[in-house]
Amino acid sequence: MVDLWQGYAWPGLVIVAQIFAILVPLLLTVAYLTYAERKVIAAMQMRKGPNVVGPFGLLQPVADGIKLLFKETVIPSGANRVVFIAAPVVTFVLSLIGWAVIPFDFGVVLSDINVGILYLFAISSLGVYGVIMAGWASNSKYAFLGALRSAAQMVSYEIAIGFVIITVLLCVGSLNLTDIVLAQKDLWFAIPLLPMFVIFFISALAETNRAPFDLPEAEAELVAGYSVEYSSLTFALFFLGEYANMILMSALTVILFLGGWLPPLDVAPFNWIPGPVWFAVKIAGLLFLFLWVRATFPRYRYDQLMRLGWKVFLPASLFWVVLTAGVLVATGWAPV
Amino acid sequence: MPEVQIKDFIMNFGPQHPAAHGVLRLVLEMDGEVVDRADPHIGLLHRGTEKLIEYKTYLQAVPYFDRLDYVAPMCQEHAFALAVEKLLGLEAPPRAQYIRVLFAEITRLLNHLLNIATFGMDVGAITPFLWAFEQRELLMEFYERVSGARMHAAYFRPGGVHQDLPAGLTDDIHGFCERFPKVIDDIEVLLTENRIFKQRTVDIGGATAEEAIDWGFTGPMLRAAGVPWDLRKAQPYDVYEDMDFDIPVGKNGDCYDRYLVRIEEMRQSVKIIKQCLEKLPPGPIKVNDRKIAPPPRSEMKQSMEALIHHFKLYTEGYRVPAGETYTAVEAPKGEFGVYLVSDGGNMPYRCKIRGPSFAFLQATDFLARGHMLADVAAIIGAMDIVFGEIDR
Repeated sequence: MVDLWQGYAWPGLVIVAQIFAILVPLLLTVAYLTYAERKVIAAMQMRKGPNVVGPFGLLQPVADGIKLLFKETVIPSGANRVVFIAAPVVTFVLSLIGWAVIPFDFGVVLSDINVGILYLFAISSLGVYGVIMAGWASNSKYAFLGALRSAAQMVSYEIAIGFVIITVLLCVGSLNLTDIVLAQKDLWFAIPLLPMFVIFFISALAETNRAPFDLPEAEAELVAGYSVEYSSLTFALFFLGEYANMILMSALTVILFLGGWLPPLDVAPFNWIPGPVWFAVKIAGLLFLFLWVRATFPRYRYDQLMRLGWKVFLPASLFWVVLTAGVLVATGWAPV
Repeated sequence: MPEVQIKDFIMNFGPQHPAAHGVLRLVLEMDGEVVDRADPHIGLLHRGTEKLIEYKTYLQAVPYFDRLDYVAPMCQEHAFALAVEKLLGLEAPPRAQYIRVLFAEITRLLNHLLNIATFGMDVGAITPFLWAFEQRELLMEFYERVSGARMHAAYFRPGGVHQDLPAGLTDDIHGFCERFPKVIDDIEVLLTENRIFKQRTVDIGGATAEEAIDWGFTGPMLRAAGVPWDLRKAQPYDVYEDMDFDIPVGKNGDCYDRYLVRIEEMRQSVKIIKQCLEKLPPGPIKVNDRKIAPPPRSEMKQSMEALIHHFKLYTEGYRVPAGETYTAVEAPKGEFGVYLVSDGGNMPYRCKIRGPSFAFLQATDFLARGHMLADVAAIIGAMDIVFGEIDR
């Protein structure tokens, strides 16, 4: 009995507690990311944004959440019920489980597996299933077209992302996310690999279906894309999933290129600030870029987006893989 | 193996669609993302305007023109007022003509701001929309100050305008003209040289000069194709003759050129507005004929004659000599014409309305065929159609 407690139940409880310690702040961040988006874009468009619910409109996300919760879940009569319900669940779960391997500080990570980056890559690739299932199960033309676009888009940009990750891995020599961060102790990879950083960020926009690549939900032509038939909680799950994915991709960018929890310079005022704070600040900066881009740019057309992915990013990232490998071997800097 | 017939993917674009600009129902036959055929269905906003006008006096008919293209109300009143004046054989006094030109150009700004804003929105740029709408708000305030209504002004009347400009309005319009070009610059920063915007609009929905004429395009749609045809220059009405302004023309006739033409037309409109304010003469704002234009209210308190005139004008209306006319103005969207037939009575015998959008919409299939779904939104956006005018 004691063995059962010490061997299984207690560690299990610890893990559950850890999961909650990550998920609760994460979901709060997601809620306030929607608030930040509305406020930031409002400021750029010279208007006020939410300012009625609570002080400065700070309770707006709560009000929105409650509203969605109390609405009726409408399932179209032509829909495949099981898949229709499963799709948002899949999207939401996939956007959360990626966080299992993200290191918030040295050693502060739920699961420090040695193929962390591959795990993340796999999770983000699976994200497309939620979208396809939603589009197909809705039995609607708009949703179907949106899902097709989304699938094509995510698959195309994952290839570029894969090559970018390979260049980083070549410089690090490990697939472990903590090792990747520690390898940037002296120099963030964003500096020597600047073009890769740019490609990765743009691909992250496409991967998360954000403007200017928000074709799957392009309201001008597809109304709301794959989520057009969803309401209430099922829609809320898609929504939360999309925003959680934005934060996850930002976190990944920070880990790969911006030194994770490390301060910009390891000197006096900077290294007083704890690592998780640096990590959060960097993520917030990238998220601001996500919002800024949305307020500024028009939307790509489907074929233009494909062309950018396959004809620009793919060759460019491939070239950089070769270049980086060549430089590393020629100079002997390659990690053993 | 039996031959398999592959059917096109048929999609309903509207009438409840954010990019349909009103109640357009477009049935798209698509091969994947490529449009094989675009079939516009109209009539969802049909109100029988032309028939209704036949049962209204000439004065009562004015507000119907506001409700045709509700984005550019005064320009349509302008066409009707000019048509009636032509049949009556009179001309509005100079001050009225200047005020009309002034407000026709304010209307042009209203229309082009809305079009550029929603066009940006159609290709995914959300910020210009809100910037432009702030300016539209200011312009509608001018509408309100001069006529009491923000949109459906009923301000241009046969024989002049309804009221004189209120005190201080000219200064405020002048102040607006000083600040407004900066806003156009801001909007241009976001769109004109933006690579994504250009990719979305250049060579999309193009029509050559010849095709544009064949399809009956007018206004920016025609000028974008390189035809310098503008009724304000070609057959000037009111005081457009005395105004110094240029007619911008495009080269390729695609969505991008249409956008550029509209941007430049806004700058020219500001120029015309400034000239109107400068030259605005004093004097009466409607003809001094009590059988056509109502007497001032103060006079009605004193004069029996004036009271009778007022009563007759607002009940029976005035009689218009028998005859017919086609009078057209350069509305912001293109040539807006009124074909008015009078049988000598107090109501028009027939009033045929020629709306520019109608001609644009018939070219939808021609413009959109072979383009992708997202381009359809861009093409309709650049066409600048309003359904009040198409369905009438």
